[in-house]
Amino acid sequence: MQAILLTLVLAPLFGAVVAGLWRNQVGRSGAHWVTIIGVGISFALSLYVLKLYVVDAQPVYNEAVYTWMVSDGLRFEIGFLIDNLTAMMMAVVTFVSLMVHIYTVGYMHDEDGYERFFSYIALFTFSMLMLVSANNFLQLFFGWEAVGLVSYLLIGFYFKKESAIFANMKAFLVNRVGDFGFILGIAAIAMYFNSLDYVEVFSKAGSLADTQIQIWGDTSWSLMTVICVLLFIGAMGKSAQMPLHIWLPDSMEGPTPISALIHAATMVTAGIFMVSRMSPLFELSETALSFVLIVGATTAFFTGLIGIVQNDIKRVVAYSTLSQLGYMIAALGASAYAAGLFHLMTHAFFKALLFLAAGSVIIGMHHDQDIRNMGGIRKYMKITWITSLLGTLALIGFPFFSGFFSKDAIIEAVGHADRFGSHYAHWLLVAGVFVTALYSFRMYFLVFHGKGPRDEHAKAHLHESPWVITVPLVLLAIPSVFIGWYTIGPMLFGDFFKGVLYVAPQNDVLAQLGEHFHGPLAFVMHGVQGLPFILAMSGLLVAFVLFLLKPKWAFDLRVRFDWLYTILDKKYWMDEIFQTVFAKGSVLLGKVLWKGGDQFLIDGVAVNGSAHSVGVLASAMRRLQNGLINTYAMAMILGLLGLVGWFVFK
Amino acid sequence: MSADLPILSIVVWLPIIGGLLVLGSGDKAPNVSRWLALFVAVATFLLSIPLWTGFDSSTAAMQFVEKAAWIPAYHINYHLGIDGISMPLILLTTFVTILVVIAGWEVIQYKPASYMASFLIMEGVMVGVFAALDSMLFYVFWEAMLLPMFLIIGVWGGPNRVYATIKFFLYTFFGSVFMLVALIYLYFKSGSMGILDYHTLKLGITEQILIFAAFFVAFAVKVPMFPVHTWLPDAHVEAPTGGSVILAAIMLKIGGYGFLRFSMPITPDASHQLDLFVITLSLIAVVYIGYVALVQSDMKKLIAYSSISHMGFVTLGFFIVFMIASNENAETGAILGMEGGMVQMISHGFISAAMFLCVGVLYDRMHSREISDYGGVVNVMPWFAAFMVFFAMSNAGLPGTSGFVGEFMVILASFRANFWFAFLAAITLVIGAAYTLWMVKRVVFGDVTKESVAGLTDINAREALVLGSLAIMVLLLGLWPAPLIEVMDASIKNLVEHLAVTKL
Repeated sequence: MQAILLTLVLAPLFGAVVAGLWRNQVGRSGAHWVTIIGVGISFALSLYVLKLYVVDAQPVYNEAVYTWMVSDGLRFEIGFLIDNLTAMMMAVVTFVSLMVHIYTVGYMHDEDGYERFFSYIALFTFSMLMLVSANNFLQLFFGWEAVGLVSYLLIGFYFKKESAIFANMKAFLVNRVGDFGFILGIAAIAMYFNSLDYVEVFSKAGSLADTQIQIWGDTSWSLMTVICVLLFIGAMGKSAQMPLHIWLPDSMEGPTPISALIHAATMVTAGIFMVSRMSPLFELSETALSFVLIVGATTAFFTGLIGIVQNDIKRVVAYSTLSQLGYMIAALGASAYAAGLFHLMTHAFFKALLFLAAGSVIIGMHHDQDIRNMGGIRKYMKITWITSLLGTLALIGFPFFSGFFSKDAIIEAVGHADRFGSHYAHWLLVAGVFVTALYSFRMYFLVFHGKGPRDEHAKAHLHESPWVITVPLVLLAIPSVFIGWYTIGPMLFGDFFKGVLYVAPQNDVLAQLGEHFHGPLAFVMHGVQGLPFILAMSGLLVAFVLFLLKPKWAFDLRVRFDWLYTILDKKYWMDEIFQTVFAKGSVLLGKVLWKGGDQFLIDGVAVNGSAHSVGVLASAMRRLQNGLINTYAMAMILGLLGLVGWFVFK
Repeated sequence: MSADLPILSIVVWLPIIGGLLVLGSGDKAPNVSRWLALFVAVATFLLSIPLWTGFDSSTAAMQFVEKAAWIPAYHINYHLGIDGISMPLILLTTFVTILVVIAGWEVIQYKPASYMASFLIMEGVMVGVFAALDSMLFYVFWEAMLLPMFLIIGVWGGPNRVYATIKFFLYTFFGSVFMLVALIYLYFKSGSMGILDYHTLKLGITEQILIFAAFFVAFAVKVPMFPVHTWLPDAHVEAPTGGSVILAAIMLKIGGYGFLRFSMPITPDASHQLDLFVITLSLIAVVYIGYVALVQSDMKKLIAYSSISHMGFVTLGFFIVFMIASNENAETGAILGMEGGMVQMISHGFISAAMFLCVGVLYDRMHSREISDYGGVVNVMPWFAAFMVFFAMSNAGLPGTSGFVGEFMVILASFRANFWFAFLAAITLVIGAAYTLWMVKRVVFGDVTKESVAGLTDINAREALVLGSLAIMVLLLGLWPAPLIEVMDASIKNLVEHLAVTKL
């Protein structure tokens, strides 16, 4: 088993190293073959492992590969924990990754740095596999930071573009703000559990549930709340939750395949994966879960709103990703971890599909990404059109599509949740359904319907992308449509996650829902009578009217509600706030400390000051020793007087 | 345990004698002196390897001990020996010296023989500092270290080298005078010059505090700690690349080593009483210096400030032991913090060396260290850019590189002392990444807008060899730090146990 797992994880790394270090030797086709084969091996083995766990119901595998170090009795290891959750994540990651690898052959065909790109995405796959297969916090953090590194490298792939190299630094730094919390959370776990091993930590969690710690003065904090909130701050960075979401839209500076792989399907869901993995800890803190719920729901609704006013095709999908990540996080906050993971899986397929389809359109439009310049593309790119439509329907939660099951489950679960913030969250998520349908179909209609591309030249050259691009679209469209139907039963209400996720009985909203679950068909029938379905359909309808039928109405609305448009267009001024307060503020602080502290106080006053006073003293002494007898005589007399005076008056 | 060959003496004296030979070979045949210097450096490194392979990591006792009377009238001995604390530092020294010799190969055209000789002599002297177990011998090596470095900066340095050398000299000399007084006091008190004898010497609290203060000035200047750090950026900026590398990679570690060999074991109660003071200065170094590094426009200054910030983790890791020991909620952690500080020293040796060498590569081509003179280097120097990004990431503490290990251990340990220590220390995750990556962005990435950059050539085989070997070390230590922890474990454990016992 260990050999299988090592091969599974290391095969993409091997591809990455070969394609990266020997790129001149292997050449372009060598680079894509070695990485595609590497990821292909991983995918095949992931399927095998998935079968072992799901079909053959193998026991959980939990073993160390090697000891990283032992210090002070604390063991730091590299090792694998394989259960249904890991198996599912590995299958999703390697599948999407393989699709993206193949797609890239077509998408990056004319680009410089082709080999480098393949090296990076294979390295990413390795890092992500390390993250999801970890059996301890050290390796989790290793994978966590490694995916961040590759994300940095890929956002800045076009390193000549100022906006790209700004975006990648921003992404890394904002993620580091999250990691700042994450590492403190790990430190807290290391201190109180004296172990970094998942199983050991989870088994001790119950005994520490009531521990209180003092952080500031005499106020007591629940240890579990502190740990969970700190860990969740890490998730907020990686999974781009408000207010740490600002890096994700900018990450669209990277080439489209990695937007699909990293910034939609896999890396950004690491936070959801992590919190689910830590469910035995989160379940012990009601406060932390409320925090998670509120952050998630807020992100889901408010970033979705921004999506309505975006005109860059990739940015619309990026804001949609933010919003969907918010849904997943909100599910976790409602203790419906399985629903969050279920949506993670369905979202991975349909969002990767939407991004790759957007990339296909971008190629067709010769790298024009403005949706206002598009239109009528359905006539020229049939496969891209149909698969996009399927992806969009999945995204808005159209009945029978995969997204319908996962999103409805989340909304229902949050509705049943009973903790601080759950009403707020529920209403935002319900309203979010309308928003989702509106921005999704706005984009869909503007791109694929209506009158053809504005630019005649572009129109003349529009044609469907090559098969390396369309085949991944089709392969991703299949699960986007069907996977919800087949997996909702076992994943949400069956025992797929039994023994993996821990939910306290009083929090178990999915169990409450499960009492009324009678198969996917009944679930759909129940769903279409609910408010979310009505909202989704009205969103679709409004989009149809405003952006296809009567575009003038949309324009009038925008003029009438200019203030609202401005707020959304400026993205609540979050970028500006961060840029001014943190970026410029830090530079200013640095200047003050440097000029005021180092240069003025330390060097100016203390160092050169004392050197200067030594100099002054020395020159005064020199003046005394001028070799003139009368000065010496004078000094002697003064000294004598002083001495006598001291004896007389003492 | 005493080996048959006096390996330590060989490792100390071979480079010194070799250095004198190189000096004697004269500047007229530069290639002869270069190859001779390389031969000596490699031979020294190879001879230092048995110190690792023959090391018994199960004991905290001194190994490879050599002892002979030197000046019997004052009980001064020629006494060498190593434990798990000094051994890794010696290997770091012999390893980095080879790289410095190679890195200066054709770059140094002015008096190449003297240049190589200075570094070889420097190497022997620094190994002497780490291996000396007699306080006078230690002091002699300690002071002897100043001279070659003074020459390296003064002869091969930049335009403002006179100011920098004098500042460097005065600062460090100022510190060592106090140390000498403390050592003499300890001699009169104990009648011995043996450093290990001082460890067991009973001392009152006032004595301890005065001795601690005297040592502290000496070591804090070397580390350097806030607020006695301002000599370092100036020295780095003026020093030639090799000088910066030795300065950052080895000489700073001597300050950290001093805390472990002198301050803490000789005056444990004073260390305990003043621990919050040292911790505060360390945290100021991490945060304050991080912000100062952010606004530097000179690459070398930026890396110099980054060094100070990273060395803050070393002193933080060392001095949190007392608070961890007295925290009833933390079962253990003192050893973790100290080992973290040690790992940080070794790792910083590799990373800072690599960063300064990277700047050296650019400086050799453009004769500028100003960040604003660069931009888009990746377009013309792709391999160099790969190395630079890699080392920048390790400087920012990316897991999988050595830069992560020490910081991670110290953050984990400092959490056990006080939540806010860990909080402040962890700020380095953001600020360290910010100053490093911002520099990378402005130097490496972007389009080529300057003609001078457009004409750059990528690294040659010699430079690739130097940077490549450092990259391998950084990766090895990051992926598998266990062997390094193992060799120091017994010594650190012993030290922590020693610190728990009061001398009063």
